[in-house]
Amino acid sequence: MIEFEHVSKTYDKATDRETKAVRDVSLKIEKGEFVFIVGNSGSGKTTLIRLLLKEIDASQGIIRVGGTDITKLKRKMIPRYRRRLGVVFQDFRLLKDKNVYENVAFAQRVVVTPTREIRRRVPEVLAMVGLSSKYKSLPSQLSGGEQQRVAIARALVNRPEILLADEPTGNMDPGNAWQIMKLLEEINHMGTTVVVVTHSKEIVDKMRKRVITMKHGVVVTDREESGYGNEN
Amino acid sequence: MAACIFLFCILYSVVVNVQHMVKAMEDTVGVTVFFDEGLSEEEIQAIGDVISARSEVADMRFVSAEEAWESYKEDYFAGMPELAEGFEEDNPLANSASYELYLNDIEDQQEFVEYLESIDGVRQVNYSEIAAQGLSMVNSVVGYVSMGLILILLAVAVFLISNTIAITINARREEIKIMRMIGATNFLIRSPFVVEGIIIGLFGAGIPLVLVYYAYSYAVRFCLSHLSILSRILTLLPVWQVFQVLVPVSLGLGLGIGLFGSWFSIRKHLRA
Ligand SMILES: Nc1ncnc2c1ncn2[C@@H]1O[C@H](COP(=O)(O)OP(=O)(O)OP(=O)(O)O)[C@@H](O)[C@H]1O
Ligand SMILES: [Mg+2]
Repeated sequence: MIEFEHVSKTYDKATDRETKAVRDVSLKIEKGEFVFIVGNSGSGKTTLIRLLLKEIDASQGIIRVGGTDITKLKRKMIPRYRRRLGVVFQDFRLLKDKNVYENVAFAQRVVVTPTREIRRRVPEVLAMVGLSSKYKSLPSQLSGGEQQRVAIARALVNRPEILLADEPTGNMDPGNAWQIMKLLEEINHMGTTVVVVTHSKEIVDKMRKRVITMKHGVVVTDREESGYGNEN
Repeated sequence: MAACIFLFCILYSVVVNVQHMVKAMEDTVGVTVFFDEGLSEEEIQAIGDVISARSEVADMRFVSAEEAWESYKEDYFAGMPELAEGFEEDNPLANSASYELYLNDIEDQQEFVEYLESIDGVRQVNYSEIAAQGLSMVNSVVGYVSMGLILILLAVAVFLISNTIAITINARREEIKIMRMIGATNFLIRSPFVVEGIIIGLFGAGIPLVLVYYAYSYAVRFCLSHLSILSRILTLLPVWQVFQVLVPVSLGLGLGIGLFGSWFSIRKHLRA
């Protein structure tokens, strides 16, 4: 499903010295997998996600998603490609002046879905994330955990093949964080490939999933059914 | 933005009217062609045909020797017909058959006069060089100045509108970012802003048009009623004639500025 072949990313120009955020990363994530990406701050995790989103271009190497080499993707094809992905961020990125229902429906409007289909699908995903009763609330009236559920619902509403989550529980207490992870696991069980970047040692240790550890832009370990690892 | 279109309309009204007046004055400045002594009517006629076929000529009138004498008499012997009578048998202006020419564009006068002088049988060409030069200079100065002002106004208008749109875009930056992450096409992201730009542009053009319409109609009425002495040169063009150009041009400008300005300011948010 996702394949990195000797991928490097060097940020430049903005600062005087070049930053090699990702160095010669090769990895493969199969369809239907659940993968954690862990590592110290600045180790290049977010950079990997941004490369997958085609928000930034790789300096070297090939990135394949579902068989397509996205490093060669034409600019015009990027929106279409992104529709195959769902993304969740640490800061939720909800529209503050729109209620829960509208925030989710928005993602469907953006890809020009008929209203009838939106009316059917939005309650369905809101039920999936356990927010059916709060569909009229504004983001400011929700807890962090609830806001992240809205963001997840929005990411799922268009049935993506892959769900990317960059520190989705970064701002949450352990209880809420655990519930969000369980939700992501549930989504994974329904067939979506899930990639989660996290700093939460307890969660990673408890979940026993594949764990990819990064350090200074390099993949240092990649273990199935693993814990966070002993380096910290 | 509205102010720019407003200024544009005023400027346009002034420019077309100045040019209109210049044209009106041009029409009173003509070239007169006289012929060699002893040239027959037929020969003069033949030369006349050649001249009138030239593209520079707007209008041409033949003045026979008799007509010339009649008008001369009226001008100089008015009230003293007995003086004129002495010449009755022998027209003193016998060789003064002439053509009065009016040119399309007074700037061509110099060249055209040289051409006329080179024709066989032409004795003399009378024309006013100073008038021609003065007029064509006024014409081109007005043209350049107004063109410069219009360009500045356009640039300011584009700047203003893209600023306005930039503020809206800034307020919705998060939304745009989210839309792009979700996979919205650039077209979809751009359209509301472009539509907004066009609406602002059209309003920005419509409001000054209405204002200029009232101002101009008033000016026309004022000139007609208070400045009738000057009205021979100082006639303003009728309202409809100015506005049949101003309305489409201003609306087109407003639309174009709105489109261009908003397109321009959204562009940087659609990269990467
Ligand atoms: N836009 C940028 N321009 C220049 N350098 C950048 C940019 N984004 C990230 N970097 C650098 O690239 C390196 C990797 O950053 P990245 O955001 O991928 O780390 P991360 O693993 O996500 O860290 P964290 O856990 O703190 O989120 C860092 O050294 C960072 O300073
Ligand atoms: Mg990060």
